[in-house]
Amino acid sequence: MFEYAPAPESVRPDIKEHYGLFIGGEFVDAEDGAVFKSVNPSTEEALFTVAEAGEADVAKAVAAARRAHETVWGPMSGAERGKYLFRIARLLQEKAREFAVAESMDNGKPIKETRDFDVPTAAQHFFYHAGWADKLSYAGLGADPKPLGVVGQVIPWNFPLLMLAWKIAPALACGNTVVLKPAETTPLTALMFAELCQEAGLPAGVVNILPGAGATGSALVDSAVDKVAFTGSTAVGRAIAKAVAGSKKKVTLELGGKAANIVFDDAPIDQAVEGVVNGIFFNQGHVCCAGSRLLVQESVADEVLERLKARVETLRVGDPLDKNTDIGAINSAEQLSRIRALTETGEGEGADVWQPACDLPERGFWFRPTVFTGVQQSMRIAQEEIFGPVLSVLTFRTPDEAIAKANNTPYGLSAGVWTEKGSKILWAAERLRAGVVWANTFNQFDAASPFGGLKESGYGREGGRQGLEAYLDV
Amino acid sequence: MSEHERLRVKKTYKLYVGGKFPRSESGRSYPVSSPDGTELANAALASRKDARDAVAAARKAQRPWAGQTAYLRGQILYRAAEMLEGRAGQFAEELADATGADPREALGTVEQAIDRLVHYAGWTDKYTSVLGGANPVGGPYFNHTTPEPLGVVAVVAPQDDPLLGLIEAFAPAIATGNTAVVLASEAKPLPALSLGEVLATSDLPGGVVNLLSGKVSEVAPHLASHADVNGLDLGGVADAGLAAELEAAAAETLKVVRRPGRDGGALDLLRQWTEYKTVWHPAGMAAGAGGAY
Repeated sequence: MFEYAPAPESVRPDIKEHYGLFIGGEFVDAEDGAVFKSVNPSTEEALFTVAEAGEADVAKAVAAARRAHETVWGPMSGAERGKYLFRIARLLQEKAREFAVAESMDNGKPIKETRDFDVPTAAQHFFYHAGWADKLSYAGLGADPKPLGVVGQVIPWNFPLLMLAWKIAPALACGNTVVLKPAETTPLTALMFAELCQEAGLPAGVVNILPGAGATGSALVDSAVDKVAFTGSTAVGRAIAKAVAGSKKKVTLELGGKAANIVFDDAPIDQAVEGVVNGIFFNQGHVCCAGSRLLVQESVADEVLERLKARVETLRVGDPLDKNTDIGAINSAEQLSRIRALTETGEGEGADVWQPACDLPERGFWFRPTVFTGVQQSMRIAQEEIFGPVLSVLTFRTPDEAIAKANNTPYGLSAGVWTEKGSKILWAAERLRAGVVWANTFNQFDAASPFGGLKESGYGREGGRQGLEAYLDV
Repeated sequence: MSEHERLRVKKTYKLYVGGKFPRSESGRSYPVSSPDGTELANAALASRKDARDAVAAARKAQRPWAGQTAYLRGQILYRAAEMLEGRAGQFAEELADATGADPREALGTVEQAIDRLVHYAGWTDKYTSVLGGANPVGGPYFNHTTPEPLGVVAVVAPQDDPLLGLIEAFAPAIATGNTAVVLASEAKPLPALSLGEVLATSDLPGGVVNLLSGKVSEVAPHLASHADVNGLDLGGVADAGLAAELEAAAAETLKVVRRPGRDGGALDLLRQWTEYKTVWHPAGMAAGAGGAY
């Protein structure tokens, strides 16, 4: 492996020492004065303090959003709403590098990813949905579809700015106002986005940002919102579905996954190996649609595994702000211990563990890329979402067996298929119980392409024409 | 030779499960009367076991049904309309008995029901192109989205509209390749149970539609909590408290739920019981695969 000199990103964003809640267009502290710290997971140092929203703050934010919906955002023409969203997209592009660095510092993911994926894709989501704002009657959802009103949104820590964009852009395009809770470990880019809304001149109350933990989220779900949109764990999604039962609140849920990446014996092996590596090690495996189960046809299993391990040996784990880093820090100590615990069950249940011999930084939260072989379907590492850089390898003999194993999970978010044979791709894609199927590629996302899962991966889609349904009264 | 009126052969109203007409496994039945109190018949009183059998039959039938061509599914739904048309008089009578409606009004309702079947027969090979499509992503990829059936849909059919309402509830679900377990109107189940005879003679594979009669409060909770049910239509649940309980039970396995009182046209119903699947593939030789690494 080549030794690379450090290549740290030089831009430093303007991170304030303290952020308030963003309610009605202004930063304010919590009613009860609660505050928490956000930590850089690659150094374990506190980056800033931020107000923690309680029930009273949630009520205030929902009232501000309601007022904004009734007085300004609801009555505004779609074309004008769209222009605000275009403006936000442009500002995000202008400040792309600052957002990328801030995201890497608060989240731990490599700058290569925030710079080339998270931030540009977030800007694209605003640009894409901006164009829908005055064309909703062409979306196939009725002649004159109406907004729902005030939307409560709760997002995870794995793609903080991008998940914000997935939630806020379609909601605003459809004429709703929002109250969004970023994840407790990654509120930074949401707060910078609040500043950007001020700069864009977005009317007060259209976007409200409430940092906090689980209690803030459940207060938001229980508040007087018209709709709840959630991305996160299946356990919390289930609790939200129960909490809104019997109410008029509409709900969409984008939950966990345990995706299979199926490599057939006629696959382009080098490309497949690249795709498998990307599928599980992108964003440290903190991806709900990660290809965390490799299903490889027995006849090519040895060859695929050999090349896979050789490729994983070359991954660079370390400083998220180094432009050469492939795998950054695990987002939190809590997540690191969860990954460790599940990985230990894999060893305990008899799977063979392999890790490359790479050095890890002394401070911060790190986990080596890990490949389990000899995995049985009943093992926890084959059933449960690890949400870390851990791949479970299983083998199959026939295409039917591959499909059966791929579908043998309560989840149904994504799947991958690798073969040079077109008819086999379509055959497999039709049978895979997943909302997104990547064939001879993996982890591709686009504002124009609907994303979301089946079964216990939730319901509703984000992106594309189909994603608008979640934010319209249809 | 003594003269007497011929003894009429009365029908035993049984369940329709997996293409067969079983009695309730529990051996129970309950008396069904018209609104004026006239006793009409005894209907099978479905149990938890019957609900589970119906879900199993629906699950078994789902994959083959969804795998049929849309053209064939359309022809089978149309065939059901043909069969119902041929027996419109019988259904008008049963409907008039069940609801107390004027017989001519009841015939009008049966005709509407026939026309709804024809309507959905025509949807089977169109909703995919109406709801799905190609997505212009910002990269060299072929990307398209198609609606696919959710799987098994459990329907609590409307209580006061025992034939037309019931057909309106399950037809869009099966048109899109789902299979259905339908709990008929509790007090007016007879037209629905007779509809089983129509479906059984329409080339509709056994298990695609399963019809149960019984108590909503007894059967619906088993359907709501059954892990192999993917969608739940609460249209016929009149008690708001029970509807909330059923929705909460359905949340355990994250079923798609249609709440009571929701209006919507055919396209809304077709969308309700489908899930979008999006498939990506590189386009162009350079696209290769991989990604960032």
